[in-house]
Amino acid sequence: MSHRYKAVALISGGLDSMLAAKIIQDQGIYVEGLNFFTGFCVEGHTHAIRQRNQKKPKRNNALWVAEQLGIKLHILDVIEEYKSVVLNPKYGYGANLNPCLDCKIFMVGKARQWMEENDFDFIITGEVIGQRPKSQRKDTMPLIARDSGANDLLLRPLSAKLLPPTKPEREGWVDRNKLYGFCGRNRKPQMELAKAFGLTDYAQPAGGCCFLTDENYARKLADLWQTRGQRDYALDDIMLLKVGRHIRPKPEFKLIVAREEGESRFLSGYKNRFVSLYPISHPGPMTLVDGHLTDEGLILAARIVARYSQGRDADRVEIKAISSEGECCLCVAPLKPHEIPAEWLL
Amino acid sequence: MRCSPQTPRDSGGVAAVKRKVIDARGLLCPLPVIRLQEATKRLAAGTEVELIGTDPGVLYDVPAWCRVHGHPVLQTWQDNGQYHVLLAIRT
Repeated sequence: MSHRYKAVALISGGLDSMLAAKIIQDQGIYVEGLNFFTGFCVEGHTHAIRQRNQKKPKRNNALWVAEQLGIKLHILDVIEEYKSVVLNPKYGYGANLNPCLDCKIFMVGKARQWMEENDFDFIITGEVIGQRPKSQRKDTMPLIARDSGANDLLLRPLSAKLLPPTKPEREGWVDRNKLYGFCGRNRKPQMELAKAFGLTDYAQPAGGCCFLTDENYARKLADLWQTRGQRDYALDDIMLLKVGRHIRPKPEFKLIVAREEGESRFLSGYKNRFVSLYPISHPGPMTLVDGHLTDEGLILAARIVARYSQGRDADRVEIKAISSEGECCLCVAPLKPHEIPAEWLL
Repeated sequence: MRCSPQTPRDSGGVAAVKRKVIDARGLLCPLPVIRLQEATKRLAAGTEVELIGTDPGVLYDVPAWCRVHGHPVLQTWQDNGQYHVLLAIRT
């Protein structure tokens, strides 16, 4: 009986990785997928936290792709290991705090490790030469293969014809003639290939799947590092950066003000670990205080919360403050819009 | 059929099915799926697993993961802001 080769595919949930896996599957290769949870993934979380779009069923695109392809998908928790990628990227950051090249090397390296542990033969990714300015360039493709340790067991079916033949091609495990030579940012070839495969429903490119590429998010993360005096984070830190308005009126504390009911509910889950503030005389948002509050700071925080409540135009708003040491009520004048400088808003 | 958490179903004279409960409350997807995935590595075929979460995504993502791995979902339900998925482990 002939040996059936096995490939592990990096599945992001987008079209390219879906096509890469499909191309290889169609050559009779057994494929399973890997997806990585770094904590910075856009996928899922914002849907779960926020109220809007609740009528639209939420789906995990990587799982959905696996289901369409009929492959198993393994979602790996890499939160701890990924810290070294974010904190000390060998190849630096992109436009924001996105260490895209180091990230790709890390993920392919994890796939290599998984491949070896599970007796698979090679790795496939949906990388396309020239599609991303930092990580998907012709000169970075061999670098990723080398630094990840995958070497010539890393096959990119969408751009393979523009790259030297890998071991699966040289050994005849896959037919190089049935691979592709896509390059650049034009997505039409991928869309046409999807159509040829009968794939009509797939996630649209929407500016990246990682919060580290987001300018606002990166600014909040940089603020976290600066005010704590060290570049480090826990999962809760990076989750909270995805939620609410972040307002830093003093170096020693910031407020996280919910923007809607879903965020209020999410922040409530953290109320035992932070000072929390609620308007009680008027409807208004749940707010957490991250940092150290003096009496003066507490009044300022309450006035800011009052500003974001429905009592913003009232003379006085009652705010309840709850901490592990007890609770108190404050009656404060909401800040006026001009009393909240733009630089407080992170 | 509605099963109460942590209570093996009435087996009608046959040995009761083992029930493993995974508490994924407070976790956002995909962490509940990851907790389930890790737990299933140590569970024998036939074991029933009840996952409890607070992220509504549990009702979509956990059944999707079960479908791609071939573990039948026996039931899903929600009560008091918690979401439950009951599934059976297959090899």
